[in-house]
Parts: sequence; C-alpha cells; structure tokens
Amino acid sequence: MYEMLASFAQTWGLGFFVLMFLVAVAYALWPGNRDTFREAAHQPLIEKAPSDD
Amino acid sequence: MSANTTLNERPGWGFSIGTVSLLVGAVAFGVLMIAANAADPMMAAHAWIFFFLAVTGLLVTGLWAGTLQKRNPFDPAFYEDTIVKFGVVAAMFWGIAGFLVGLIIALQLTFPNLFYFPDFGWTNFGRLRPLHTSAVIFAFGGNVLIATSFYVVQRTCRTRLAGGLWPWFVFWGYNLFICIAGTGYLLGVTQSKEYAEPEWYADLWLTIVWVAYLLVFLGTLWKRKEPHIYVANWFYLSFIVTIAMLHIVNNLAIPVSLTGSKSYQLFAGVQDALTQWWYGHNAVGFFLTTGFLAIMYYFIPKRVNRPVYSYRLSIVHFWSLIFIYIWAGPHHLHYTALPQWAQTLGMVFSVMLWMPSWGGMINGVMTLSGAWDKLRTDPVVRMMIVALAFYGMSTFEGPLMSVRAVNSLSHYTEWGIAHVHSGSMGWVGFISFGAIYCLVPWLWKRPALYSKALVEWHFWLATLGILFYIVAMYVAGIMEGFMWRAYNEFGFLEYAFIETVKAKHIMYAVRAGGGTLFLLGALLMAYNLVRTALGHGEARGDVETTPIAHNPALQPAE
Repeated sequence: MYEMLASFAQTWGLGFFVLMFLVAVAYALWPGNRDTFREAAHQPLIEKAPSDD
Repeated sequence: MSANTTLNERPGWGFSIGTVSLLVGAVAFGVLMIAANAADPMMAAHAWIFFFLAVTGLLVTGLWAGTLQKRNPFDPAFYEDTIVKFGVVAAMFWGIAGFLVGLIIALQLTFPNLFYFPDFGWTNFGRLRPLHTSAVIFAFGGNVLIATSFYVVQRTCRTRLAGGLWPWFVFWGYNLFICIAGTGYLLGVTQSKEYAEPEWYADLWLTIVWVAYLLVFLGTLWKRKEPHIYVANWFYLSFIVTIAMLHIVNNLAIPVSLTGSKSYQLFAGVQDALTQWWYGHNAVGFFLTTGFLAIMYYFIPKRVNRPVYSYRLSIVHFWSLIFIYIWAGPHHLHYTALPQWAQTLGMVFSVMLWMPSWGGMINGVMTLSGAWDKLRTDPVVRMMIVALAFYGMSTFEGPLMSVRAVNSLSHYTEWGIAHVHSGSMGWVGFISFGAIYCLVPWLWKRPALYSKALVEWHFWLATLGILFYIVAMYVAGIMEGFMWRAYNEFGFLEYAFIETVKAKHIMYAVRAGGGTLFLLGALLMAYNLVRTALGHGEARGDVETTPIAHNPALQPAE
C-alpha cells in the first residue's frame, strides 16, 4: 500500500501538480488576458456603492 | 411577534436569523447537558461559560430582531460595515491583551523569582505562553483577517456580504472560541499541540464557525457584480480553505468521554509529529502569510491610490506560494525519527519558497512606484512597507534555517524566537496596524486619523521595539547554540544547561524592553483610533467616501 501510494505520488501526482501550476502560469502570462488584468488591478481604486440585486 | 410579518415580506434575511438561532440554541442545549454531567471541573467551567455566552447571544439576537419592525437589517444597497467595526475593536482589544501577556512572560524569563507565584498555578509560564501565542495569532490576527476579509470581499465584489446574520455568527462564534481556548490554557486544558492547544470540543466548535465563514465568503463571491475575482480574494480564500483542512486533520482525536475535557490524538509517534508540523508550518503559511498578503494586495494599492505593480506577478505569486508552502512542514523535524527523505523534502521546498515570497514582497513595495514620497509623508504607508521589509527578511531567513546544517545550530535556541517575532511583530503586526489605521477613518467616515504625529510615535516605538527584541534574541540564540555544542579537551560538554540560561539573562532583559516599546506603541494606536472614531483633532468632520479614492484619475500611465 505504502509503495503503491509513494510511486503514484512520485510520478502521476507530481506530473499533475506541475501541469496544474503550468496552466496557472500560462493563464497569468496569456496575452489575451492583458486587458482583464489591467482592469482588475484598477478595480479596488474605484469607489462604488453595492449594486442592487 | 412583529418579526413574522417582516419575515414574510422579506424572504431570505429572516431565514438566516432563524437558522443561526436554531444552531446556537441546539448547541446551548447540548452544553447544558454537558454542564450537568461534567466529568471534570474544567469541562464544567467551560460548559457553563459556553452556555451563558450562547444564551446571552440568543437573547440579544431576539431583542434586536424584535426592534426591527419594517427595517431590513441586511439591505443589499449598503455594505455591511458594522461587523468590520466590531472586528477592528476586537482585534485591538486582543492585540493589546496578547502583547501584554507576551511582556509578562518575557519578564518571567528575565526575573524568575520576581514573577513566581506558587499559589497561583495559572500564572505559570507554561500556562501563559500558549495564552500569548494564541492571543496574538488567533485572537489579534484572526480578528484582523475576518474584519479585513469582510471589508475587502464586499468592496471588490461590489455586493453586500452574503448570509444575513451568518457573518455575525462567524464573528461572535470565533471570539467565543477564543474565550474558551484562552480560559482553557489558564485552567490547564490543553492537548499539547503547538498552536493547536484547545481540546476536542473547542475544536469542533471552531470547525462549525469556520465552515460558516467559508460559506459566507463563497456566497459573497458567488453573487459578485464584478466579473473578475480580485487577487486579494484568492489569498483570503486560500487562507480560509487551507485552515479548515489543517484544523480538521491535525485535531483528529478521540475524547475520553463526551462530558470530559481530555482527548487522545488519533495519530501517534512520528506520524503525529509530522501531522502537527504540517499543520504548524502551514498555519504560518496560510494564516500568517496568505491572509496578510491579501491585506497587502488591497490596502497598499488603495492607500497610495496606485494599482498593484504587476497583476500578473500577483497571480504567479499566489499559485507558486500555494503549491510550495504545503510541503515545507517537515523542516521542523530535522534529526528526528522522521525519514531523511521527508526532512530533505521539507528543506528543499522551504528553500524554493524564497522565490515566491520575494516576488510578492517586490510586488507590494513596487506598487509605490511614482509615489515614493509617501514613505516620508504618510507613516501608515511606511508601516506597511516596513512590514514588507520584515516579510522579505524573515522569508529569507526561514529557508536558511530550514537547511539541515543551519538548523542543527538554530533549532531549540532563541534564534527561532527571533525569527518568528521578526515575522509576527514585523510583518503580521505592521501590516495589520497599517490596515487598521486605514480602516478606522474609512469606516467611521472621518477625513483623517486623529493625530498623524501619534502614528509616527507608534511607528518608531514599535520599530525600535522589534529591533531590540530580535537583535537580543539573535545574540542569545547563536550564543546558546554554540554553548550547547562546545566540548572540552576530554570530550565532555563544556557547559551545563543552566549556564546557558544564566548567560542569556541580559538579552532577556533587552527583549523585555523591546516588548515594552512595542506594547506602548499599540496603546498609543488604540488611543488614536478611539479619538478618530469620536471625530476629534484632525479627524473632525464627516466624509462621504473613503478619503483616498476621491481622485481615481491620478494613476500612472501604462
């Protein structure tokens, strides 16, 4: 059981985490997201009332 | 009952009052049963404290709900700011209490005879020490995080806090947990796990509160009016989710009896130790780091009216921190029964942590680009930037200390005490002070703080206090580390343990002096905040919006 879990964690588990991390980095660096991020960065600076439901 | 008509007119908010009351009522009934059949006096004391506080809560809620008439207390056209005010007050109260207990135990170590009361067991260092750590981390830090997270998530999602009365359940429930934990330490109730001392029943209560906190936060994100979830909310969410996971796994225990305070851990030996330090280090990572980084990502940009230096870096910062932190715990168990590979894993991940930590620090500091003059003119900004300097310092030192060879010198010495206090007083303390100095004028709608000069005094007292503290402890730690490993020409240890204790006396005295300065600063802060809320001095008058954001046109060109 221990050997099985350990070998899974050291191969597929590791690969899965690395892949997920690369997806996050790709999302951060994706050129198409530039405007979204610029807008998001300015969002806290603009004071607005809560919008009504 | 007049609330019934309002209940029908406004479905939704009455539901939350009903469910909170039902839960608190059920728990109150349960603890009454425990109080009547308690197996030990500590459990009886706790059950009665819990029962009376829960019943008081129910009565106050009932009286308050009865006065509502046609008013909707959860009007979605307004932000829920009252709970943030309560959180700020609670944080200041617990902060000063925690710093004071810290000073008392520092004096106990310096003058053991002067502060030794054999007739009062609860004043013993062993009882007061967890009271200090929990008061500053969970009571002060926790209330700062709950208050700021509720403030930030509403503003960045442009919607009122979700859950009606449930956020109030989170606030009071959390502070009730603090009271149970704190009185437990004094009574001698402890499961002997560092930073997780409270026994099984307090842990169960905190689990309920924490799940409610998660649901309130997620519910607010769910009904957000901004398409993008601002990065600060990611950091808050990681803090809430991970603390839930850590808390539940590390506190898996079987109570001896359902009416007794004692329990036994599910894990034993090295498994228990690893679980404990997986918890312990990630409490540093996800409570004292990501939670307060969320504060950095909202309050520094807001205060200096500049967007964060690099939003992309903030995303990479977030994910790399999340992916790496969770593995670093085993560095607390070098040279133990833990397998060598696991120790090495903890060490390697700790060294890797240096990069995301410094990335985040640079992102925060560089947000001041084009506004560096604020370091000179605005002591609140200076406080938050100095917080980042301490963050950078302790996140460089941490990886260094996690290296096995360095750890062989630093472990169990005052070096560790210096390290955690540069992180907790410098980083967590200063970023929290900065956020609270921002929040109080915003919440009470004042144009400024009562006195900027008093903030300057606080800044310099606290900075000097931290420096006295950490320099004294570095010297003491490295000295005792070398004394412990010194051999004489016959191969025997050169020093007895008591000699290392005696050698530290003067450093202990300097440390207590530093703690006094830090506490004095916090007292000045509390005074300044009360006068600000009252609208005295420079805080005279009312303002409609937050004073900083009135000119959104002033942003750097990109």
